[in-house]
Amino acid sequence: MIVSESWIRNWIDIRMDVDGLVDRLTMSGLEVDSVKRAGPDLPHIVVGRLTAVRAHPGTSRLTVCEVDVGGHSPLTVVCGAPNVMVGARVPTALANATLPSGGVIEPASIHGIDSQAMLCSGMELGLEDSSEGLYLLDDDAIIGQRVDAYLQLADWVIDIDLTPNRGDCLSILGIARELSVLTGSPLRHTDVPGCAAQTERVIDLVVSAPAACPRYFGRIVEDIDNHAFTPVWMRERLRRCGIRPISPVVDVTNYVMLELGQPMHAFDRDRLRGGIRVRTAEPGETIELLDGSELRPDVKTLLIADHHRAVAVAGIMGGVDSGIDAQTRHIVLEAAHFAPSAVAGRARSFGLNSESAYRFERGVDPELPFPAIHYASALLQDIVGGRPGPVFDETTQRALPKRTAVKLRHARLEQVLGMQMEADQVDTMLRRCARGVRRYKHHWEVKPPSHRFDMQRECDLIEDIIRIHGYHRVPVSFPKLSKTVGQLTESRLPLARLRTLLTDRDYQEVITYSFVDAAVNELFGDSQGVIRIANPIAENMSVLRTNMCGGLVQAAITNLNRQQRRIRLFEVGRTFHAHDGKRQEKLRLGGVVCGKLAPEQWAQASQEIDFYDVKADIEAILALTSCSNRLTFKQSNKNGLQPGQAAEIYCESRAVGFLGRIHPQVQRDLDLESSLFLFQLDLASLLHRDIPQFVQLSRFPAIQRDLSIIVGVEVSAEMVLNTIIEAGGKRIVNLNLFDVYRGEGIDPGRKSIAFGLTLQDSSRTLTDEDVDSTISEIIAALDDRFGAQLRT
Amino acid sequence: MNEVSSQHLDALVREAQQAIHAAAKLDALEDIRVRFLGKKGLLTLQLKRIGALDAVDRPIFGSAVNQAKRTLEADIAHRREQLQTQLVAKKLEDDVIDVTLPGRGMGIGGLHPVTRTINIMEDIFVRMGFATADGPELEDDFHNFEALNIPVGHPARAMHDTFYIDEQLVLRTHTSPVQIRYMQEYPPPLRIIAPGRVYRCDSDVTHTPMFHQIEGLAVDEEISFAELKGVLIHFLREFFESELKVRFRPSYFPFTEPSAEVDISCVLCGGAGCRVCKQSGWLEVLGCGMVHPEVFAHVQLDSERYSGFAFGLGVERLTMLRYGVDDLRLFFENDLNFLRQFR
Repeated sequence: MIVSESWIRNWIDIRMDVDGLVDRLTMSGLEVDSVKRAGPDLPHIVVGRLTAVRAHPGTSRLTVCEVDVGGHSPLTVVCGAPNVMVGARVPTALANATLPSGGVIEPASIHGIDSQAMLCSGMELGLEDSSEGLYLLDDDAIIGQRVDAYLQLADWVIDIDLTPNRGDCLSILGIARELSVLTGSPLRHTDVPGCAAQTERVIDLVVSAPAACPRYFGRIVEDIDNHAFTPVWMRERLRRCGIRPISPVVDVTNYVMLELGQPMHAFDRDRLRGGIRVRTAEPGETIELLDGSELRPDVKTLLIADHHRAVAVAGIMGGVDSGIDAQTRHIVLEAAHFAPSAVAGRARSFGLNSESAYRFERGVDPELPFPAIHYASALLQDIVGGRPGPVFDETTQRALPKRTAVKLRHARLEQVLGMQMEADQVDTMLRRCARGVRRYKHHWEVKPPSHRFDMQRECDLIEDIIRIHGYHRVPVSFPKLSKTVGQLTESRLPLARLRTLLTDRDYQEVITYSFVDAAVNELFGDSQGVIRIANPIAENMSVLRTNMCGGLVQAAITNLNRQQRRIRLFEVGRTFHAHDGKRQEKLRLGGVVCGKLAPEQWAQASQEIDFYDVKADIEAILALTSCSNRLTFKQSNKNGLQPGQAAEIYCESRAVGFLGRIHPQVQRDLDLESSLFLFQLDLASLLHRDIPQFVQLSRFPAIQRDLSIIVGVEVSAEMVLNTIIEAGGKRIVNLNLFDVYRGEGIDPGRKSIAFGLTLQDSSRTLTDEDVDSTISEIIAALDDRFGAQLRT
Repeated sequence: MNEVSSQHLDALVREAQQAIHAAAKLDALEDIRVRFLGKKGLLTLQLKRIGALDAVDRPIFGSAVNQAKRTLEADIAHRREQLQTQLVAKKLEDDVIDVTLPGRGMGIGGLHPVTRTINIMEDIFVRMGFATADGPELEDDFHNFEALNIPVGHPARAMHDTFYIDEQLVLRTHTSPVQIRYMQEYPPPLRIIAPGRVYRCDSDVTHTPMFHQIEGLAVDEEISFAELKGVLIHFLREFFESELKVRFRPSYFPFTEPSAEVDISCVLCGGAGCRVCKQSGWLEVLGCGMVHPEVFAHVQLDSERYSGFAFGLGVERLTMLRYGVDDLRLFFENDLNFLRQFR
């Protein structure tokens, strides 16, 4: 809501400068967004009157004007504006005047005629963004007076960011009334001028949807002159409040809405066929609106119709068929009360923006239509003349918004605020916001005024009290801890621990959007079970990710494009899945790695990252979890990964994630210059850890043996190691695979695997015979399972 | 050479002493020791041949040999010490490296600044007795709007720019639905914060379609607005590590009443007025209020018995203020040159 300070001061005498006013409003919940001057200073720009206008002898586009600016002789001014006419009063920039744009006026010869000044448009005065001709002043403008003084530009335009509960403040009256509540200064007046009927003319009115339209006031005004000009003072007030002047009738309805808060509408009487019907839309009905759009309202939409068709969408926008134009002679004014629920959300669902809907959905004072229609007809009388008929109306009392008394308990007030307040003080404040206040020993009963839609419960009154009193007066204390909240268990592995581990292993955390490109998502996952956003912000952000890879690859590409070569990123976030009609979210950890293993450094050639480097990172993560001893890595054919270099990770039979190299084809499709590795872990099943159980340390020496065996290439390391552990029993305290070799000296089709064994017993020193026998058992088992030979 | 006599012994000792003195290396010294004092060494042989002497001379000679052995052992030990010292000195001279060359190995990564901020915030609230809670990001209309006193058609819905999945399901527009879920599940007293991602269908210089909030909720018998002020003032001063000014301004949220917006004195200009605070000296940092009775009704809590406060703050905004980041969009571009500044 944009208001003019001077307009507000017309309603309330308040001893506070504009800064004080702004501070008071902001600190009471009417947040002031900006305060600007209503217009610039305009020195040397004065009111001039055109005394003669003739065509320029040299060029057809220009005219030569004689302008009386109150001096001895009129000035000669060459002008290109279309709306010059004798008698018009116009802003005249004298020689040496500086325009707001910075230009300086100098006498000049224009096509052979000396021009001594310049006639100004609204844009040249810094009042409008665009203009179509001179800014015409009213006939009461005093010739020679400075234009900024005449327009009273030494005013402030205050932009207030109103919260949706304060529909009652969407007017000059509303803000003035609020200031009166806050400061205790009374309003100067509460009534507005009216205008008596001069004809008997009315129109047939039927309201068939009284719940949505509990009150409808109308008035016919005949024989108006819509060619008249809206007076400058009204245009200026509209402009300052952010509304563009259009035509006298529309300007007046807007002006009344701004000043009182009652949205109004005017129909062309001659374009209404039969009477007015306030009803809901019929199936398939359409209406062409003033903004040129065609609307097909649903059957719950409230319409204003004549006997043949819809002429307006109630409280939102008028139809083009019944609209006012310069030729209009007879009008019907409308000032109605539409229920917030009848308008709420509707304008937005139609893609429409209207000042009227904005107010109705927040709640307009149901007592306003009567004074508003009177005020509007009085204003019209002054500008376009005409003969008003009687005000006619249909009101359904039971459908009007209820204003039932609200109880405020003194004790509750003090408890919620955490402070003590004097009953007399509370009483005073309540009486400022509402007229119907009854005081009892420990409580009050307050009947909310008709303009307040947000005074329905005790807590609303508490808020009003403390708003008026000032939030800064509430003391500062600390809640008492009546019980500890939540529970920590050591077996829950904190997510922060995983993050720390990864950052310490040289990974950088990223955060990517949860919505991704459908095609990119599908590269690494399924096309099934994908959840689509109904109103995505862009096509490449239209599905919720089902895997972490898409965003991570995108982040890697961003950095590759910025000359990064070694990239190690991880992200913790959710993926989203549709499954059997249900939606599921999974918390996951994803990573992407490319480039060298170690940062480039001296005296050490770093190798390209490979599968096992990434696997080590994953094993480190999993080592923190209770899965650490139950893991298997299985060769995988996952989408987007290279089949020979990808593994699914299992904790016993449960899949907990995967890792692998990006598929070379996907790499090409994504235009990636280097290969990369991806991994993903399901955190739901991993954020648990075993609580350590102490095992007695052995006092006896450990014995170390190295073994090297030859097996077929198809035998996996895991199979060999498992066999060794099974055969060796619990004497094996450490088993470390340190070499895998294929090539010269070994049969093709076979490979050698070397490992170090550490053996130890908890109860005695192992003898050579003990160790030999264990080793023999291991070799026998390896031979038995895989035909392994000892490598010598 | 093989005679056994004290003269010969003296000669051997002299010979040995000269050799010891001349030994330039530890292994040469060891050879000398073996040659004279080893099992078959020259002095050892002297003892073995002691039988050739008269019985009377034997003890005298014997003790002379032992004396000679001790002398030589001491000489060798002394010389060894000398050589070792020389060796260390030589090693020190040869083994000089450039200690200014950089170290080798892996680097160190870092957390995303948003995570970093959330961690700090969690730490502060945990010390005030708040537990961390969580809720779904795909949220139903009831939890995201209805139960928070934002019925269909409420003007507040228009301010939320909601991403819809279907009629009933949205990407949560705020972390406030976690309040509802937590109150549905746990009885008071409650004290939680809920950090997480939220989504709004809006993207420009100052808006990203995804961002982070932290929700706070405390419910107990007799929770007051004064206590809300206490908790938030403490939080803000700890977070910014400064005794900054904090002011509470009336505002409106459908799910709290009374409601407030909280401003801090501008952390960039100290309240004097600058571009960031739009010359006002104040920065709006969070919204809060006393839990609306309508919200309690939706979760079947008795608002006569219980009261509560709730607050919600934007993580990115506070991160930007804390670290002086001037462009919100940097948080989701994931440029390493940006992220590495937050190690």
